[in-house]
Amino acid sequence: MDFSFTEEQVLLRNSVQRYIQDKYSFEARKTILASEAGWSRDNWRAFAELGLLAAPFAEEYGGFGGGALEAMIIMEEFGKGLVVEPYLQTVVLCGGLINLAGSAAQKSEYLPKIASGELIMALAHAEPQGRFNLADILTRAEKGGDGFVLNGAKAVVTAAPWAGKLIIPARTSGAQRDRRGVTLFIVDKNAPGISCRDYPTIDGQRASEISFENVKAGGNAVLGGVGAGLAILEEAVDRAIAAQCAEAVGCMRVLTDATVEYCKTRKQFGQPIGKFQVLQHRMVDMFMECEQSLSMTYMVNLKLDEGEAERIRAASAAKAQIGKAGRFVGQQAIQLHGGMGMTDELNVGHYFKRLTMIDAQFGNVDYHLKRFAAAGQTDR
Amino acid sequence: MDLKFTPEEIAFQHEVRSFIAENYPAELRARRKLEREFDKREYLSWHRILAQKGWVAPSWPREHGGTDWTPAKKYIFSNELALAGTIPLIGFGLNLAAPVIWTYGNQAQKDYFLPRIYNGVDWWCQGYSEPGAGSDLAGLRTRAVRDGDHYVINGSKTWTTLAQHADMMFCLVRTDADAKPQAGISFLLVDMKTPGISVRPIITLDGGHEVNEIFLEDVRTPVANRIGNENEGWTYAKVLLGHERSGIAGVARSKQQIARLKKIASDTQEEGRPLLLDPDFAHRLAALEVELLALEFTDLRTLAALNAGQSPGAESSILKIKGTEIQQRITELMLEAAGIYGAPDLRGMNLDGDNFMGISAELGGIAPDYLNMRKSSIYGGSNEIQRNIIAKAVLGL
Repeated sequence: MDFSFTEEQVLLRNSVQRYIQDKYSFEARKTILASEAGWSRDNWRAFAELGLLAAPFAEEYGGFGGGALEAMIIMEEFGKGLVVEPYLQTVVLCGGLINLAGSAAQKSEYLPKIASGELIMALAHAEPQGRFNLADILTRAEKGGDGFVLNGAKAVVTAAPWAGKLIIPARTSGAQRDRRGVTLFIVDKNAPGISCRDYPTIDGQRASEISFENVKAGGNAVLGGVGAGLAILEEAVDRAIAAQCAEAVGCMRVLTDATVEYCKTRKQFGQPIGKFQVLQHRMVDMFMECEQSLSMTYMVNLKLDEGEAERIRAASAAKAQIGKAGRFVGQQAIQLHGGMGMTDELNVGHYFKRLTMIDAQFGNVDYHLKRFAAAGQTDR
Repeated sequence: MDLKFTPEEIAFQHEVRSFIAENYPAELRARRKLEREFDKREYLSWHRILAQKGWVAPSWPREHGGTDWTPAKKYIFSNELALAGTIPLIGFGLNLAAPVIWTYGNQAQKDYFLPRIYNGVDWWCQGYSEPGAGSDLAGLRTRAVRDGDHYVINGSKTWTTLAQHADMMFCLVRTDADAKPQAGISFLLVDMKTPGISVRPIITLDGGHEVNEIFLEDVRTPVANRIGNENEGWTYAKVLLGHERSGIAGVARSKQQIARLKKIASDTQEEGRPLLLDPDFAHRLAALEVELLALEFTDLRTLAALNAGQSPGAESSILKIKGTEIQQRITELMLEAAGIYGAPDLRGMNLDGDNFMGISAELGGIAPDYLNMRKSSIYGGSNEIQRNIIAKAVLGL
């Protein structure tokens, strides 16, 4: 049993921390959000130079041979800085999918481009009717020409406005929620027949509603075999959840620290409000939720390779904890900051918004408690 | 004890319902759900329609334009307004300034200000909180120094709701710096057009502009605009705080919001069935409805006590705490129902036609509402302060 980090991992954390401190202040982030593009290509380039985009990939594809723990470290520090650039979507999700299921040719084509910062990718998994169920897919891919023709719609595709390529789960067979018959396609975002409606999200990212009208995907666009997409998709999303838990821990840590600091200095009734026991206990509860969430984040990142059933239970348990804790810590941070917490000017509200959106991404507390319970039953 | 409405009360309910149906402005009815912030003209249009009918301030004393309705009728009236989803009446003049004016003001003040409040001529804001005086309101520092027939006011106020529209502000100012905190405060009515007043917007985390900072620099206000005696403003304000809390349970609005929530949850599919039928969701929704039912009857008991001549006591803090907790929980469940469609920030975007494919305007407003509603456990005396009040005044701790 060992929860310590290697020297390389400590150095990685330090370099991300330093970058966020120097280049990703709350003010700098505000400027990025207000820009036309809504993200910073300069930051992305810097992430590539720091090796962050290459961290989880094998050396033969331009990577540094790291894994989930490296992504966890990076995402926790990104959480503290509320980084909007699409690390989770491009590196963890799409890079992860290609890493898991790509052919040698696909890995050689895409992973070096992701690692070098050249290519942004987005996963278009959710559909308007689908809520959180990854198998709830109506988008169809029918055989045509030397490949497939896609028709359908995808919802709230984070980072799509910045992406050059999309990974699209579509049905090559089966009905709406069948586990069989889902195939993943890598498609150029500018392919004829794709139309996007872009918008900002509440937490300062960008996303799109996307529709597909007779979009052609060649046979080499298939990722991981025809009809075999769902299991790969689920694994990649669980890995993304593990990374996102770390991001949420970063957010919660900032909120808890900021709240404690504020309550030490804000005076009412002739004393710092942190002297009031009722507020002390509230902050203790916030602190405990942070610690429990960090524990769950370590747990899930250490169990990703322990077989499907174990992975599912770990990911869903961690996501349920993060959802519950994120809501509590976020709400209490606002409450204890009083009116100041309600302002757009203070950073507190922005962390709260990010935590709120994390809860609904990849399934909320309810969804993951059910999934956790169901995975336990099939175990026995 | 009797829960049933009399035939006369039922007839009254129908009268109110058809009045709203016939007179609520069509342009307000057509407002898209996403446009959360109404402008001044829109607020006042409905206010003036009700004023003309004699229904804008049912709880005011008869002599100033109030009604002689029984508590049951007042309850029916506010219930019908909320169920119809009408634009809220802004209470700073009607429910906050007016009671202090008719209770502690002189005849000239009553004659001048009350009709103007009633008819929606003046828009009022509340100048209480300051950067250093929130929960501890008596710590306020804005000074008013006597200069002949005027006070000269210097200082600042904050979290002032809808001050951007205000014609008048009632405020607490320090007139005796040497007295104990509560003893040196006076209650002034300030014309917002007076030179030296500037209003700066505070944008909240949902992106809205509801609250403001107000800076006062050598603002000259006539001594005639002081309510009651100098240095006794705190006593008057305490009465007013009681009124602020009595309206805060918001039972009828919450009922209407729960109806909306049910509609959204039945239109949302999860695993091939409406979310409303999901056992986990249904359970939480039911628990919330039970809480609201309890609050409704606590509210009615308070209303009955008020009618029996008792003043609203510290018990009304229950209404504030429970009312706001329920309002917050409703927005939380709405956001859960919205699922991934809570994320899009569609403010300022054209939602006509199929521009946004699957996203309805209805869903677009849900996350901002959730974020915005966090304020309710902070304003009007935070819920922590309300619990202190109950602990001290009711439980004697």
